[in-house]
Amino acid sequence: MPTFFEAKQLVTPGELLAEGDYQAGENAYVEAGKIYASRIGLADLENKKVNVVALRAFYVPKVGDIVIGAVTEVGFNGWTIDIKAPYSAMLRASDVLSRPFKPQNDELSQVLDTGDLIVAKVASYDRAHDPQLTVGEPGLGKITRGQIMRVTPTKIPRVIGRKGSMISMIKQETGCQIILGLNGVILVTGKTPEDEELAMAAIKKIEDESHTTGLTDRITQLLKEEKAKREANKQ
Amino acid sequence: MSEKHEKLIDKKGIRLDGRKADELRPLKLEVGVLPNADGSAYIEHGKNKILVGVFGPREVHPKHLSRPDRMVLKCRYHMAPFSVPERKSPAPSRREVELGKVIKESLEPALFPELYPRTGIDVYVEVLQADGGTRCASITAAALAIADSGIPMRDLVVACAAGKVEDTVVLDLYDAEDKLGAADVPVAYMPNLNAVTLLQMDGILTPDEFEKAVNMAMEGCKKIYAMQKEALKTKYMTVKEETKEEVEE
Repeated sequence: MPTFFEAKQLVTPGELLAEGDYQAGENAYVEAGKIYASRIGLADLENKKVNVVALRAFYVPKVGDIVIGAVTEVGFNGWTIDIKAPYSAMLRASDVLSRPFKPQNDELSQVLDTGDLIVAKVASYDRAHDPQLTVGEPGLGKITRGQIMRVTPTKIPRVIGRKGSMISMIKQETGCQIILGLNGVILVTGKTPEDEELAMAAIKKIEDESHTTGLTDRITQLLKEEKAKREANKQ
Repeated sequence: MSEKHEKLIDKKGIRLDGRKADELRPLKLEVGVLPNADGSAYIEHGKNKILVGVFGPREVHPKHLSRPDRMVLKCRYHMAPFSVPERKSPAPSRREVELGKVIKESLEPALFPELYPRTGIDVYVEVLQADGGTRCASITAAALAIADSGIPMRDLVVACAAGKVEDTVVLDLYDAEDKLGAADVPVAYMPNLNAVTLLQMDGILTPDEFEKAVNMAMEGCKKIYAMQKEALKTKYMTVKEETKEEVEE
C-alpha cells in the first residue's frame, strides 16, 4: 500500500498518488481503489489522507464564509452580488434595512447601487440554491474606503498564516486594517495610500511565494526595508 | 502541393516532410498565455498553431441550457480566416460545429460535472494556422487550458492521429497525407486511466491495420502526455524557482 509522491511534490491532474489504505482528501479522488490528483498542486500526506494543495482553483461558497462582492443588479426586494464564484449571490433588502421592507416606500438603489462593494457573510447555500448573503453583523456592510485586490482563493490561508501570524504582522507593520474575503478578494484600509500600497505589495509577495518556507520572516524584512526607504526619502 | 504525383513515402520509408512512419511532428506547448481567460493554452503541433481559452464554471447563458444536477461544457472550435491557404469564411461552417461537438465529447469524461450543478464552462478553440490534425491538437491544448483554470479533472486528455499512407500505417498525419492518404484515425485518450474518449475513422482500413493504427496513435498520445504534463508544471515551476533564487541571494 504505497504512496507515489514525495512531500510537497508538484502533481498534475490524473497523477497517481496512492494505492490501498489511504483516503482521498482535498483535490484528490478515488477510482478503483487508487487515489489520483484532480488539480495541479502540491501533494501532501496527513494521517492516511492524501491532500493536494491546489495552485489554481476558484471560490466555492460555504456557509459562514466572509466574502467581498460587488453589486451587479438592484432588484425588487434585494440585490444580486458578484462574489467571484460560479454562482452569483443574493442579498435581501429586509436583511439590510433591519425593519419591515415595503417596495413602495424604499428605493433600494439609495441603500446600495450597482458597483458598490460590500463585505458580507454567506448565510445559506446548497447545491439547489444560489448563496444568500447577510450583512447583519458588526464589521459587515458597504465598503466606503480602502483599496481592493484579488488573490487566488486557495492562497488566503497562507495570507492568514499560522494562527493568524502573517496577517497580524502585516497589520501591525503597516497600520492598515485588512479584511480577507475567502473568495480571494482583499480589502486594505490604511491611514495613507502609501500604507495601503505597502500592505498590498506584501500580500502580492505572499501569493507569488506561497509555497516556500520562512515566508513570514521575509515579509517582515520586506516591510521593514520599505519603511526605512520611505523614511530616507522623507528626509 | 506539386502538380505531378509524388510519392508520399520513399523507398527508405521516409515521409514527404522527412519523418519516419512512427515519428511525431515537433510539438510546443505553453500554458497560461491569456490573462483575461480563467485558463488558457497554446499549442504548436507541426505547422498547426492553436490557441485555447477557458472560462468558468460560471452561470450559463441562455439560462435554459443549464442543468439542475450538473455542469455543462460548451466548446467552440473556430478557424481564423487566415488559417488556411485559401481564405476561410469566418462564419461557423458545418465542419466547425461538428468539431466543437467532437472536442466537447472527448473532454467531458475528464471532468466532474456533478460537482458544480447549474453552471457551465466555455472552451474557445481558435485555430490560427491549420496543417492537418487540428482536432487532436485542439483537444490536447483544451485539456491543458481546463487544468490551468483550476477546474478539477480526472486526467488530462491527449489526442493524436494515426492513418494509412500508401499501404503504410503512419503516425500523426499532416495536411498532405490527410488529403492524399487512404485513412485517418484520430484518438483521444486519458493515459493514467487508460480510457479512450474519442475514436474516429475516415477512410478504409483492414481490421489489422486499424488495430495497428489505434495502438500507434495511443503510443503517440503517451509521448504527447509527457510533454503536456511538463508544460503544465513549467508554468508553476518558474514561480517556485524564482523564489528559490531569491532565498539563496
